[in-house]
Amino acid sequence: MSIKLEHLSHQYAQNSASSFYAIEDINLTIEKGEFIGLIGHTGSGKSTLIQHLNGLLKGTEGSYFFDGEDVYAEGYNMKKLRSKVGMSFQYPEHQLFEVTVLKDVCFGPMNMGLSEEEAIIESKKALEAVGLAEKYYDKSPFELSGGQKRRVAIAGVLAMNPEYFILDEPTAGLDPVGRDRILDLIYNLYKERNMTIVLVSHSMEDVARYANRILVMNKGHLMFDDKPVEVFRHKKELERMGLSAPETSYVMEELQKRGLSVNQDAITMEQACDSILEALKEGKRL
Amino acid sequence: MMRDITIGQYYRADSPIHRLDPRVKIAGTFIYMVSLFFQKSILTYILAILTLVIVVKTSKVPFSFMVRGLKPIMFILLFSVLINMFFVPGEIVAKFWIFKITKEGMIQAGFMGVRLIILILGASLLTLTTTPNQLTDGLEKMFGCLKKIKIPVHEIAMMMSIALRFIPILTEETDKIMKAQMARGADLDSGNLIQKIKSMIPILVPLFVAAIRRANDLAMAMESKCYNGSDGRTKMKPLIYTKADKGAYLMEAAFLAVMIVLSVVSHKAGLSF
Repeated sequence: MSIKLEHLSHQYAQNSASSFYAIEDINLTIEKGEFIGLIGHTGSGKSTLIQHLNGLLKGTEGSYFFDGEDVYAEGYNMKKLRSKVGMSFQYPEHQLFEVTVLKDVCFGPMNMGLSEEEAIIESKKALEAVGLAEKYYDKSPFELSGGQKRRVAIAGVLAMNPEYFILDEPTAGLDPVGRDRILDLIYNLYKERNMTIVLVSHSMEDVARYANRILVMNKGHLMFDDKPVEVFRHKKELERMGLSAPETSYVMEELQKRGLSVNQDAITMEQACDSILEALKEGKRL
Repeated sequence: MMRDITIGQYYRADSPIHRLDPRVKIAGTFIYMVSLFFQKSILTYILAILTLVIVVKTSKVPFSFMVRGLKPIMFILLFSVLINMFFVPGEIVAKFWIFKITKEGMIQAGFMGVRLIILILGASLLTLTTTPNQLTDGLEKMFGCLKKIKIPVHEIAMMMSIALRFIPILTEETDKIMKAQMARGADLDSGNLIQKIKSMIPILVPLFVAAIRRANDLAMAMESKCYNGSDGRTKMKPLIYTKADKGAYLMEAAFLAVMIVLSVVSHKAGLSF
């Protein structure tokens, strides 16, 4: 049960003077139960890569196996793939269109061939999971606040019960409270529903905090594919790609320089906090 | 699909034609089109085609790129050619069932086809070598005199350039929305006509919402920059005629004169039809 890309490349504007590779020779296996953070500078090929995972784009070279089946084989059921690999784009609330919130969330499951009753059951479950109160179900999605709209849009994908869930910058443009809510919701899906998550993000702090594996894209290539601690050790390389390590990481570096022996691999606030307290308690001066 | 349409597209290049004042090009296109309609002889056709070839060559727009723009109008072209072929009375060449093809009809149809093709190529050259902004600037200046009879020329020109500016943005937006709905299992390709129309709703509603949202944002941005229409507004790049522009005007006038002379001459010599 996995997503497996082999030597996958995607060339835009093939056979023309302006052709270029958006992604090139990507080898990647995503196993069930992972929480993956995907980072990369704008134009690094992140969006192109994730659109291959649910078959919206087809690689111009290489192959893609989903649960061992060749996705690019003749007659492969794309609809089934899209129901198993759910995907929420940037600003997903811009795709809401139905008269009521509930109807909009039903769009996905109904397309999957569920009856109206079944779709409503799934949709209500999804809306509950994203934490939207029942009084909103019959409202027009256009009456909701920005954060609420986004949760409705995410519920729209969730209602299809995907095994994998890819989210392209789900927190972009939200206030801090809305951000935390969305991230907690995603983490809950991972923890409680065992959903495999691919989180595309610009925030190193967010991926450091949640992901157990990080992919770094640069100029169409997969540069790093490792545990967060390992990836963030390459501060200089990340900076050269227009990225960075989490802020915590820099604070720890500075503390070390000033003579406090702290854990250099602390990448989240909690880890840093523990390490600093410990160092201060023991008076571990260098 | 939407990217195949080349009519109205701009082709970036540095050529004498690109550098001309938009007013010269608009006038030239107008003269060319009008002259195509009143002429009827082989000589004037040859002159028109020759002129087009020379202008296209100087413009550095690849010919293959221009021809691609003909594809969407292929149907209209074929239709008008066929109508001419079957319904012009005259000497019958071939006949089957109720259809007859006449000699006059074939000649007429042939010239009709050529006329339409060079007409469209000539017109598309204007937009290929002139940015939408230059085009509206030129139109605004040319029709500036209409302001005296209370026609809001500037406002109309502004609306035109905004509309043109929004085409690529909305194309991109459509693409994004289509992909997002496909990710939710939307099926856009199969089914009968009614199902296909129904399947457009999840795309059209968000698209309209996006268009209105963007229009609102733009209006707000324009107002906060104190935009209030044409009164007292100056241009960053005012249109001023150069020597090349004046020369081009002369050439346009010469073209028109030769066209008229050739038409008259060939009419007298019996070369027209």
